Amino acid sequence: MFSFCSDPETLGTVRWFACYLTTGKHMSLYWSVLTVLSLLAITAPAALAFGFFGAMSARSHVLPLRWLGKAYIAVVRGVPDIAFFLFFVIALDQAFEWTRHQILCPDWTDPIRQGNDFIVCDAAKLPLSSAAQWVHEVYGFFLAVLTFAIVFGAFAANVLFGAMRAVPRGQLETAEAYGMTRRQTFWRVLVPQMWLYALPGLSNLWMILIKATPLLFLLGVEDIVYWAREMGASANRRFTDYPHGDWRIWYFLALLVFYLSFTRVSEIVLERINRRLLHGQATVGGGSR
Amino acid sequence: MSCWQTVQDYGLRSIGIGERLLPKTDFTLCQHFTLIGSGLIWNIYFGVLALIIGFFIASAVAVGKNAQNRAIRKASEWFIFVFRGSPLFIQFFFAYFLFLKLKQLGYATFLTSAQAGALIVLILNTAAYSGEIFYGALRAVPRGDVEAADAYGFSGWPRFRRIMWPTMLRLGWPAYTNEAIFLFHATTLVFFSGFPTWKQQGDALYYASYFADKTFNPFVPYPILAFYFIILTLTIVWIFGRINKRLNRHLPEERRKKLRIRPNLIR
Repeated sequence: MFSFCSDPETLGTVRWFACYLTTGKHMSLYWSVLTVLSLLAITAPAALAFGFFGAMSARSHVLPLRWLGKAYIAVVRGVPDIAFFLFFVIALDQAFEWTRHQILCPDWTDPIRQGNDFIVCDAAKLPLSSAAQWVHEVYGFFLAVLTFAIVFGAFAANVLFGAMRAVPRGQLETAEAYGMTRRQTFWRVLVPQMWLYALPGLSNLWMILIKATPLLFLLGVEDIVYWAREMGASANRRFTDYPHGDWRIWYFLALLVFYLSFTRVSEIVLERINRRLLHGQATVGGGSR
Repeated sequence: MSCWQTVQDYGLRSIGIGERLLPKTDFTLCQHFTLIGSGLIWNIYFGVLALIIGFFIASAVAVGKNAQNRAIRKASEWFIFVFRGSPLFIQFFFAYFLFLKLKQLGYATFLTSAQAGALIVLILNTAAYSGEIFYGALRAVPRGDVEAADAYGFSGWPRFRRIMWPTMLRLGWPAYTNEAIFLFHATTLVFFSGFPTWKQQGDALYYASYFADKTFNPFVPYPILAFYFIILTLTIVWIFGRINKRLNRHLPEERRKKLRIRPNLIR
């Protein structure tokens, strides 16, 4: 990175660290922070969408749909989330490949599950075996996002379901008295008002989501945990210009500090938003200002 | 091989009793159920011990956060912030490498095993989460109760032990039940986070993922795992419900707080 980095052995401590922390591998670490942030940026709205549909179906008047919504909320929350991560990554992949197999290779006769193997025709493989490396990585990331969205969608559904019930009954009755249909009442009265009641739960969920991002590591994405383990391990003089002992404890300490500051900043921002939303509302918190 | 034979061979496999080698091919449904159930022993071990020990630390932390003394208050606040503000997964990793360092220096060598090291992390973690719950409950203890205690001549430790602590538990109990459920869920992280699995003696999720890796079929082991955990959750809810009833036994029927489980707080 810097011009004086050509011979690390001769450097003083400060310059050595300046060079060490800007090696190519460390750049990958900094990029993986962006991976985590983009996962958050994509997952949060996706989970919210899943949650919205989950909550909508849980309060639907159609019985099977209601059962489906409630089962989605109950099952995902009753089982450890990490089990779902491990499950969905394989299950989704196989579901996609199976669907493509049925469409693309209708004349294939062999069974897909042969003993311990899952075999689909070449054209149905995802991604195609001829695809470039980045396609594989993007596909893996996509599966991770979908998994996160499904799991946290259930938590969001729970929050939104509660928020929809918390909107005062009188508001809905007024809407009905004005002759609005059920659909109009839902979209014009219930949905705009529920966010206030949903916000504490959703802020909590955001914190949970932040704290769940290191689990990306288990899904096979090269995230910060992966790189911290990789680079913290003792580096031998033969393979690198920057030999050092087992530094994994310091890398994970850095991750700990990163997450602590991230949650702290989120807490402060969410507190601000909450205060702004409460402003002017006829509640205990809003009345005092 | 009959199913009963499998249960005898693998029922206690996770704690090292029975057949040494795990099944390699031709997995039966019975083997799935037996091994994953066997792994559940560790989840219960971690969960129960962390809950019991963490409970007392949590009470202390809650009182500490409510203390007049600034140093004690700040220490409790930081303890809660560090353990609630960072992912448990990272805490496990950090603790493992910390214990590894200690081991290299010759101290406390047993801490690098999951059974001791991960347990400590779980205890501290649940102590922080429950400490925050209990702190909230402690602040909600009705002023009248405390004044009545003062009038009867209670003070210091007896006042806390006989009046404030039971009320704090009663008020915080529904939230604490949630915490207990999620603590048991969190125990599945142990063997996926640095802590090594010794002789393939892992927890329920460890065996479930073992089967999923070997058969490349996630649709059997994970639902079995889910089945076990739902039963575990229902058991916890039942036990905590009994305790809740006892904590509320002096109240008139309509003022008793029913235990409503709203699991929306995870780590």
